[in-house]
Amino acid sequence: MTTFHFTVNAAPVEVDVPGMRRLLDVLREELALTGTKEGCGEGECGACTVLLDGAPVDSCLVPICQVEGATVATVEGLAPAANELDALQTAFLETGGAQCGICTPGMLMAGRAYLDAGGGPDDDAIREAIAGNLCRCTGYTKIVEAIARAADAHPGQAR
Amino acid sequence: MPELTTRTEPAGAVVVDPGRIASGRARGAAPLRREGPAKLTGAAKYADDLVFPGAWYGATVRSTDAHATFTALELDPTFDWSSVVVVTAADIPGDNIVSSIKADQPILVPIGGEIQHHAEPLALLAASDRAVLRAARQAVTVRTAPLPAVFDPFASDHIFAAYELGSGDPDAAFAAADVILEGEYRVGHQEQLYIENNAMIAVPSEDGGVTVHGSLQCPYYVHTALKRGLGIDDRQARVVQAETGGGFGGKEEFPSVIALHAALLAGVARRPVRMIYDRHEDLAATTKRHPAIVRHRTGVAHDGRLIAQDIEVVMDGGAYCTLTPVVLSRGAIHAGGPYRCPNVRIRARAARTNTPPNGAFRGFGAPQTEFAAETHLNRIAEALSLSPLEIRRRNVYVLGDTTPTGQVLRSSVAGEEVLERAAEASEYVRLRARHIAARAQRAGSGAVPASPLRTGRERVASGVGLALAWHGAGFTGSGEVHLASVVSLELTGEGAIRILTASTEMGQGTKTIFPQLAADALGVPFEAVEIAPQDTAYVPDSGPTVASRTAMVVGGLLIKASQRLRDQVEAATGGTFAATYRDYAKANGLLRVDQRFEPYPGVGFDDETYRGDAYPAFGWAACVASVEVDLDTGEVHVRDVVAADDIGRVIHPVLAEGQVEGGTLQAVGYATIEEIKLRDGRYLNDRLATYIIPTSLDAPRITTILVEAPFDGVPHGAKGVGELPMDVGAPAVIAAIADATGVWISDLPASPERILAALSGVAGVAPLPPGASEPAAAGGAGR
Repeated sequence: MTTFHFTVNAAPVEVDVPGMRRLLDVLREELALTGTKEGCGEGECGACTVLLDGAPVDSCLVPICQVEGATVATVEGLAPAANELDALQTAFLETGGAQCGICTPGMLMAGRAYLDAGGGPDDDAIREAIAGNLCRCTGYTKIVEAIARAADAHPGQAR
Repeated sequence: MPELTTRTEPAGAVVVDPGRIASGRARGAAPLRREGPAKLTGAAKYADDLVFPGAWYGATVRSTDAHATFTALELDPTFDWSSVVVVTAADIPGDNIVSSIKADQPILVPIGGEIQHHAEPLALLAASDRAVLRAARQAVTVRTAPLPAVFDPFASDHIFAAYELGSGDPDAAFAAADVILEGEYRVGHQEQLYIENNAMIAVPSEDGGVTVHGSLQCPYYVHTALKRGLGIDDRQARVVQAETGGGFGGKEEFPSVIALHAALLAGVARRPVRMIYDRHEDLAATTKRHPAIVRHRTGVAHDGRLIAQDIEVVMDGGAYCTLTPVVLSRGAIHAGGPYRCPNVRIRARAARTNTPPNGAFRGFGAPQTEFAAETHLNRIAEALSLSPLEIRRRNVYVLGDTTPTGQVLRSSVAGEEVLERAAEASEYVRLRARHIAARAQRAGSGAVPASPLRTGRERVASGVGLALAWHGAGFTGSGEVHLASVVSLELTGEGAIRILTASTEMGQGTKTIFPQLAADALGVPFEAVEIAPQDTAYVPDSGPTVASRTAMVVGGLLIKASQRLRDQVEAATGGTFAATYRDYAKANGLLRVDQRFEPYPGVGFDDETYRGDAYPAFGWAACVASVEVDLDTGEVHVRDVVAADDIGRVIHPVLAEGQVEGGTLQAVGYATIEEIKLRDGRYLNDRLATYIIPTSLDAPRITTILVEAPFDGVPHGAKGVGELPMDVGAPAVIAAIADATGVWISDLPASPERILAALSGVAGVAPLPPGASEPAAAGGAGR
C-alpha cells in the first residue's frame, strides 16, 4: 500500500492503495464516486472517461501511481450545484443525448474536454472528439447535437 | 433529483397526415426524460454501483469444450478453501433448469452430465475479495471427455422448432411465372453490446428466499426462474431492477441465468454475492442474434408483380432452446417482406448446434429474414430492369391485402407512405440515376477488363440503396392473450398518483412515456404522476419489456386504468379528476385500479394451424442509405440514412427519434462490421477490441421521418418503435453497395473481405460464411 494525494472535483483526497490499482477502481470503490462506469476494462469503450489534468483519459487504463499530485474531474463534479445541471448536461437532457445512460458520464467528460479546449458546434469535430466513446443506444445523432448546442450556447467556453 | 424547468420542443419530427391521427391527443411539448438528471449527474445506480456491506464476489467456472462429458471437478487440496464458497449442480435446491420455453438448459452442468457448448457454466465460486476469487479459480481443474460436436445447423438432427405457413398454390404459380429467381442469403451472430455488462447481486433473506438486484428487462422472467431453480415461492423470490445500461434483448432471458448463479452462491455463502460480468465474459457467454440461412425462390410477372414465393429459413439456435421457437416464428412470418403475393410457402426451422445459445435481440428473427427478402427483391428488380422503388410500389401491401397467415390488413397500413416519404426526402431517384451513369463510365475502363475494380480515375464509388420492412407490434399470435398482462394505478391516501408496472426503463423511455400517457388520460400535469420501482414485491406482472410492446400494449392498459380511476373519482366527487383527486384521496384512502389485458376486438390467431392475425398491427419502415465504397480496400462508409418509420402514434418525438436513430446504427453495424468469428464452436473475437461496433465516426447522419398511421385497438394508437428500424437498415446498406459497385453481397456483414471477393469475382478468396465455425486444425494454434 502506498499513499497517493490528488484532487477530485476540486477536493483534495488521499488514498492508501497499491500503486497499480486502476484509477477507475479508486474512484468507484475508495471514493464512492460510482458515476464513472466500466464498460470493457481495456480502453475500448470510453465509459470510464474522466479528465486527468484536463485531458480525457480511460480511467481503466490509468494506474493510481500516475495520478499523484494530479487533478481529476468526474461526472459528479460537472453540475454547478445540487439540483442544477451545467450547460452540457442540460443540452444532453433537452436533445435526448442520454438514453440508457451508461455511456453518458464518459460521453459528458469527453464533451466537456472538447468544449473546454474551445471546440465549436462543428459536426465533424465533435464526432472526432467523442470517437473514443461508444454508445449503443443513440446512433450518436443526439449526442453530437447536444454538444453542438452547448458549444453554441457558450462560445469560447467559459464554464 | 434536480427540479428542472426547461422543456424541449418536439424537434425534427416530420409528422405526416395529421388528419389520420385519432382525436383527443393532448401531447403538447414533450417532457424531459424522467430519470435523465440522475443519469447525467452520475447519481443513477446501476447494478455495479449498488453497495451491499459484506458482499462477496462471484465467478463462473466455464467449459472450454464445445461438446463433452463433464467427468470431474477437482479442487487443488493445497489451496485454502475455507474462505471460498464452491457451488455445483449438486447444491441446487430446486430444478436444475433455467426456466424458459423448454426445460433443456441446466443452471450448471452436473458431474457426469453433457457439456453442450463452449463457456457453459459448470460450477460457481464466491470469495470475499477478488484476489482470493482469482486464485480459487486457478485452483479448480475441470475434467472432461470430449464428444463429437455439431456446428452446422444443416448437419444437426435436433430441431428446436419448425413451421410451415403459406397461401395459394406456389407450385402451380411458378409454372405460370415469367421469371423465376433463386437466391441464398446468410447472416451471422450479432452481439447486443449494451455498454453495461450483465450484472446481478443476490441478497439472501431470512425466510430462505432471495432478493436479486440487477440489470434486466423482464423482472417476472427472472422471478419465475428463481422460483423453479431454488424451489421457493412467489414471496420468497424478489426481483428488483437496477438502472439498466441497455438491453436490446440481451437482458431479456439471459438475466435468469446470472440471477440463479448469484442466488445459489448467496444461499450457500449466506451473504450478498455480486455477479458482475466483465466484457470478455459477457461476450463469450451470453446470447447473440441467431445466425440464419435464408433461401428464396420467387416467381414474378414481367411487370414485376410477385406471383409465387418459396422461402426456406434455417436458424442456428445454439446449444439450448432459449426463445428460439418464437424468434423463428417471427422470422418466418416476416420472411416474405411487406409484399402482396398470392402463392407463398414459407418453411422455417431452427436447429441445435454446439455453440453458445442464441436468443433475443432487437428485431427477434425479422432482421435476418427481411434482409434476405429485401436483397432478393432488389435482385429481382435488377433482373427485370425495374427500379427498386418501382418494384416496391407495385407489390407493397395496401389496405385490404392478405398476408401469408391469412391476416387481412384492415387498418394502419403505411408501407406506401413510408416508402414515398423516404424516397422523396433522400432524393433517391436522382442519386440512383447519377450512380448508374458513374458505373457505366467505370465499367471496362479498369485494369481488369469488365471488372468493377477501380480504374485509374477514381477510388471511391458512391451508391444509394432502398429497403422497406414491416414489423408486427407486440407478441406473435396469441402471445399477448397468454401473457394476460396487468397494469395497476394507485391514488394513494396522500394524494399521490402512482403507476405500478413491471415494464422496465433501459433507455427507451418507459419512465417518461408512461407518466405522459397517464397524466394525459387523467387530465393532470406530467409531474403529478409517479412511477413505482420495478420490484416484484410491489408491481404486477405487466409482461416482459420486449417485442416493441411497451408503448402499445402496456401503454394501452395504463390508459384504460387511468380512465377507470378518473371515472371513479369523478363519479364520487362530481368535479374533474384534476380538481378533486387530492381531497378524494384524503377522505377515502388508497384507491387502486388493476387493468388486465383483453384481446383486441377482431384479432385472432390459431397457434395450431398458424392462420389468422399474427399481430394486432404492423409498423412500417423505409430506409434509404447512401454509402461510399473504397474500391481498393473494400471498406464501406455509410454517409447518410433517411429513415421513415410508421409507429402508429408518436408519444414523445425526441424519444421516438432516438429509437429510430439507435436502431438504424445497430443495423448499419450489422450490415458492415459486426461479426462473430468461431473456431471449433468458440467465439474468437470475444473482446471489445475485436468485436467492433460503430463509433461516432462510423455513424451516418440519420434523418428520421415519423409517420403516424394509428392502430385503432388501443386508445392512443401507438404501435411501438423499438425494433422496426433494425429490420430495414442492413438491406438498404447492401443495396447501396450494389448501387455503387454493381455487385450484390449476400452474406452479412459486407466486410471488406467479402466486398473485395465479390468485386474480384473470385469466390475462393471470400471468408467463411457468417455463423460458420472453422475447424480447430485450420486455426493452427487451436485453444
